[in-house]
Amino acid sequence: MSNHAHIDEHRDDEGAKTGMWIFIFTELILFGGLFIVYSVYRYLNPAAFHLAAEELDTFIGTVNTVILLTSSMTIAMSVSAIQYQNKKLTLILMGVTILLAVVFMVNKYFEWSGKIAHGIYPGSPTLMEASQGEILFFGLYYAMTGLHAIHIIIGVAFIAYVMRLVVKDEVQHDNFTILENSGLYWHLVDLIWIFLFPLFYLIT
Amino acid sequence: MHMSDTVIQNHEPNYLEYQGRYKGIFAWIFSTDHKRIGLLYLYSMLVLFSAAAILGLLMKIELIAPGKTIMDAQTYNSFFTLHGITMIFLIVVPGLPAVFGNFFLPLMIGAKDVAFPKLNLLSWWIYIAGAAIVLSSQFFGDGPPDTGWTFYAPYSFRTGTNMLPAVTGAFILGFSSIATGINFIVTMHRMRAPGMTWMKMPLFPWALYGTSWIQVLATPIVGITLLMIVLERTLQIGFFDPALGGDPILYQHLFWIYSHPAVYIMILPAMGVISEIIPTFARKTIFGYKAIVVSTLAIAFVGYFVWGHHMFTSGMSGTALYTFSILTFLVAIPSAIKIFNWVATLHKASIDIQTPFLWALCFLFVFMIGGLSGMVLGALSANVHLHDTAFVVAHFHFIVFGGTGYAFFGALHYWYPKMFGRMYDKGWANIGLAVFFTGFNTLYLPMFYLGMIGMPRRYYDYVEEFHGPNIVSSFGAMLMISGLVIIITNLVRSARKGEIAEADPWKGKTLEWTVASPPPLENFAEIPVVTKRPYDYE
Repeated sequence: MSNHAHIDEHRDDEGAKTGMWIFIFTELILFGGLFIVYSVYRYLNPAAFHLAAEELDTFIGTVNTVILLTSSMTIAMSVSAIQYQNKKLTLILMGVTILLAVVFMVNKYFEWSGKIAHGIYPGSPTLMEASQGEILFFGLYYAMTGLHAIHIIIGVAFIAYVMRLVVKDEVQHDNFTILENSGLYWHLVDLIWIFLFPLFYLIT
Repeated sequence: MHMSDTVIQNHEPNYLEYQGRYKGIFAWIFSTDHKRIGLLYLYSMLVLFSAAAILGLLMKIELIAPGKTIMDAQTYNSFFTLHGITMIFLIVVPGLPAVFGNFFLPLMIGAKDVAFPKLNLLSWWIYIAGAAIVLSSQFFGDGPPDTGWTFYAPYSFRTGTNMLPAVTGAFILGFSSIATGINFIVTMHRMRAPGMTWMKMPLFPWALYGTSWIQVLATPIVGITLLMIVLERTLQIGFFDPALGGDPILYQHLFWIYSHPAVYIMILPAMGVISEIIPTFARKTIFGYKAIVVSTLAIAFVGYFVWGHHMFTSGMSGTALYTFSILTFLVAIPSAIKIFNWVATLHKASIDIQTPFLWALCFLFVFMIGGLSGMVLGALSANVHLHDTAFVVAHFHFIVFGGTGYAFFGALHYWYPKMFGRMYDKGWANIGLAVFFTGFNTLYLPMFYLGMIGMPRRYYDYVEEFHGPNIVSSFGAMLMISGLVIIITNLVRSARKGEIAEADPWKGKTLEWTVASPPPLENFAEIPVVTKRPYDYE
């Protein structure tokens, strides 16, 4: 690159990736705040958290975990595929990632609506009669999985945007940092779920 | 041949004249040029600052006599809330990095722009959106917020006032802060000019580096905490509501885990500015460059672990109290190292006394008072007596307004000729500073005394015993505002009518002084190669 390059032409893959990693730290700390709140209240209300966690369906949770882990694998594979200059495979793998994300969200929808049908949602009369620990547990459950779901939606939008760039050949084997960054973001979404899953479903 | 080259270079449009794709105001609000973005922040902040300063003045007028003077208690509550939110979240926290960091970081490290220019513009837009949402809380709903800028639970979700926009706006502003932080870190890692090793980087960029890391690592905590307040108000999730099992003290912890490091977000870049001004006017290499760098990083690091000193009376274990108190005292060490380095730089220097230098001297004076009164508050026994009194308000304003505010105006007077290509009227600038400085001390010094004899903060009324010092303090407020009016009028007027400034009016040695004033669009026709340390006056 010549010294006279215009600022708009500035391209720095390493810099873009560094920026993405730092952003991922901030996301981890964002969820970290909720994890702190979770651990404090779990410590204060062990029995109620135990009771409340029994209400959650471990099966759906497990299925969703497998789905997300698989989607993390497919997006990682798409980064390899673009380096082998296989555009079609790249697009297929990205499409599969999005599809898995949608399946995850559908499961989530059924899970949430099931809970809501049983009258368990923040501020509901049923929940207000429960113990304080249970109120906190479900409050945290909705807040944390809800925030995670928002991240899934952002991740899907990000990947879809990059797909468009792949279609237009703006992302290619020698210029795929943005695809890698969308993959990094998707791994973050996956990583957070890996902590949410045991905290809400497994430790009972 | 050489001559004609120079002529061509002189004809290159500077960043103020450059015509891009857009015309008029759009050439500014859609510009990704870091210099224009810096000015966008500057203008936005000057408007907000003036409004918040007037609120402060009105509060001081209310306090000129006991009882109701010009406003009732609820109005006073909403005034100190809006004053605090605006000053902290919209001006002091983003201030120096957003205005001077944006404008001068690339210039000082020999780069053409920041690493992500579009993200940079986006962060200004997020800032404006956040500001608009925060301010909207004043104009609709059930009355302006009245919690103070700390949004303490459980009052923040029990009060009937219009809390949601205020909290949501502050949450959104966090993203602007994070975006700027990421941008600066990557810029400094990737875009320093050839030859500029870390230890040859000027000290203002170093300060921004420390600041950016705090912004990136601390802001998300307050983000999620404010989001929890939002959820608490809208969905009745009982995070911090004792009635639902939540713990209000936990809110205080989470809030201060961010908001104490935020104090260092405010002060570190201020220290960076002072480290630029002092060697330039002392015509001398800064004393102890490495010590200043290390102390910057030490402040950024230790500052992360002292949040508990805001909560000495909230209820913590004895061990926690001692630990937070000791750590608080530790932060004083790197701060003192900086003071000694600045003073040592002045020793035996041939000092050129100019307006920016006077601002730096005043900074040293008020910052030392602010810092030492912080030690008083960091001591457990004294804190119990002084907690939530006017003493805290005085300390806080000496550090935040006295520290960051003085550095902001110092930076403005220092870099003004570079930014606008014109020089302000130095006589009026000095008069303005003198009036401002006198007013500042008359305003805040009596509040130390008032706090010690027991006047609580955030009260619109007080008993007759407190009357005398309050009159002095309110008079000081009026004097200080007059000083501000002189300073700002002079600067605004000079932007059009001031004398044309040369490229290096102060004989500075850092890279920003090597380019024309105002700088050309792309800063450097050719990226400079750095061989010497900054402040090389030998």
